[in-house]
Amino acid sequence: MPDLVLKGKAIKLGDNISTDDIIPGRFAHLRSNLPELARHVLEDAMPEFASRVKTLSLQAEGEVILVAGKNFGLGSSREHASVVIKMSGVSAILAESVARIFFRNAINRGLPVLLCDTDKIGDGDELEIDSTSGMIANLTSGITLNCSKMPPIMSAILEEGGLIPYIQKHRDFVITS
Amino acid sequence: MGKTLAEKILGLKSHSEARAGDIVIADVDLAFVQDTTGPLTIRQFKESGFQVLAKPQQTVIFLDHAAPSPNAQLSNDHILLRRFAKETGCRIYDMGEGICHQLVAEQFAKPGDVILGSDSHTVTAGALGAFATGMGSSDVAVALALGKTWFRVPESFLINLNGNFPQGVYAKDLILYLIGQIGADGANYKALEFGGEALAQVTMSQRLTIANMAVEAGAKVGLFPSDKITQEFLIEHGRGDGYKPLCPDAEANYERVISVNLGQLEPMLSLPHSVDNVLPASKVKGVKIQQAFIGTCTNGRLEDLAIAAEILRGKKRHPDTRLLIAPASRQVLIQAMEKGYVQSLIKAGATILPPGCAACLGLHQGVLGDGELCLSTANRNFKGRMGNPEAMIYLASPATAAASAIRGEITDPREYL
Repeated sequence: MPDLVLKGKAIKLGDNISTDDIIPGRFAHLRSNLPELARHVLEDAMPEFASRVKTLSLQAEGEVILVAGKNFGLGSSREHASVVIKMSGVSAILAESVARIFFRNAINRGLPVLLCDTDKIGDGDELEIDSTSGMIANLTSGITLNCSKMPPIMSAILEEGGLIPYIQKHRDFVITS
Repeated sequence: MGKTLAEKILGLKSHSEARAGDIVIADVDLAFVQDTTGPLTIRQFKESGFQVLAKPQQTVIFLDHAAPSPNAQLSNDHILLRRFAKETGCRIYDMGEGICHQLVAEQFAKPGDVILGSDSHTVTAGALGAFATGMGSSDVAVALALGKTWFRVPESFLINLNGNFPQGVYAKDLILYLIGQIGADGANYKALEFGGEALAQVTMSQRLTIANMAVEAGAKVGLFPSDKITQEFLIEHGRGDGYKPLCPDAEANYERVISVNLGQLEPMLSLPHSVDNVLPASKVKGVKIQQAFIGTCTNGRLEDLAIAAEILRGKKRHPDTRLLIAPASRQVLIQAMEKGYVQSLIKAGATILPPGCAACLGLHQGVLGDGELCLSTANRNFKGRMGNPEAMIYLASPATAAASAIRGEITDPREYL
């Protein structure tokens, strides 16, 4: 896992947030105009999401962390879902579980996704993520959570900032054990 | 120790032992994109610094999701895709040819292949014994450049099928039942492998329906062993030489075994807004529907249209219920015309849409209004899926959709058989 130390505030969502919740298919005509597409991030699931991220990132000294429940990002393979979350200003995602394709897509876009017991995190909580130790400190509640480890190849991709920068550098997949 | 189907295929394609949990680099036999994920794939490919496709003849672009295009922006995306095909020499199937997954089944997939598509329902080709899975645009872009990708070899669930489908019960009812049992994330990162003595009676059309929805339980892949049915399908589509026997080892290790007696199943529905929110038709019947939609990569095949035509022949759709039908491919449409299904459906009041994804993903051709309810044969009923978060989507078999269209409300199809 790349060294990731991040301090920020949580915006909490529930279970089973699908890619249709994150960026509905009806906006497919905006997919070649990512800034315009990103304006609609999570607008059906949490209409105030984009403005909350903006407000938080302006006022807090830290980052914004999206915290979700089970099976975050289920559904479509649209990578746009991870792109618009990152473009909105979110620095990392914490979830209890994440759907397979979304997980790869987020890492491929340099957006860290860590799995932990998100029941222990409330909306607005202040968090400190230290991926080196695999610990997440909930500074609001005083609870410390353990987070998951990802396979080395995903860590390496994340470390380069995503799959395309990784491939630009290595020109191939490099498996390290 | 024996191997699962997933371990066998990834082992062969990665030239390694490939046990569940291993990370492997596997050769990709077919990589494809569709029109709503393809433009980003092309941009990522170009940004990667690679100029040429590793395997142009095994790279395919399908224009199916928004085809014919409903607006200028998507038309411009289509121009980008067509231009990329000309520049790189890859294959392209333009609008009207059909849904990517149906065309992959008809023309490309074979046992033992590794297939990547920038579409989550790429798992459909698992019906033919291909390790087929959906990935995002960046992953597919890199596969276009390198001709390979990385996988974590999944643990497998064995789904053991016994007995025969009763009348009025189909593959769709089975897979909805299974997703209800497993849950929408119950097979996350896993392979679903189908087996059991019932397989000899499960047609390729039914296998495609079942494999198609493996992803709705979170699975990476939904795999069938190859057999006589696989071979006959390949021969029928002019690809008999692509056949090879492929089955899991007897002593393979499964994380979980689920046995289903097909004879005990009944018509099932998924209720809004989650695919694993499943109930038998007997518990949902009577709910009024404004639209019935028969088609998609799940249920737009000839067998599906035959079932719908049989129920609707000589009858009329309910005046308050629109009936939309989208054949999964041009070949399906031609055969459905030759067999008279299309005439029966049109006479019953159906609107026939061009081969493609049609109303499934909310872009065009049947977007729902506020408060409307659609009974669809598709694979997803997420909130907003059909273009309107104020609408509701129920999922069911083509038989249930056809019977419900006649009565204008959710109906157990066995009342019409």
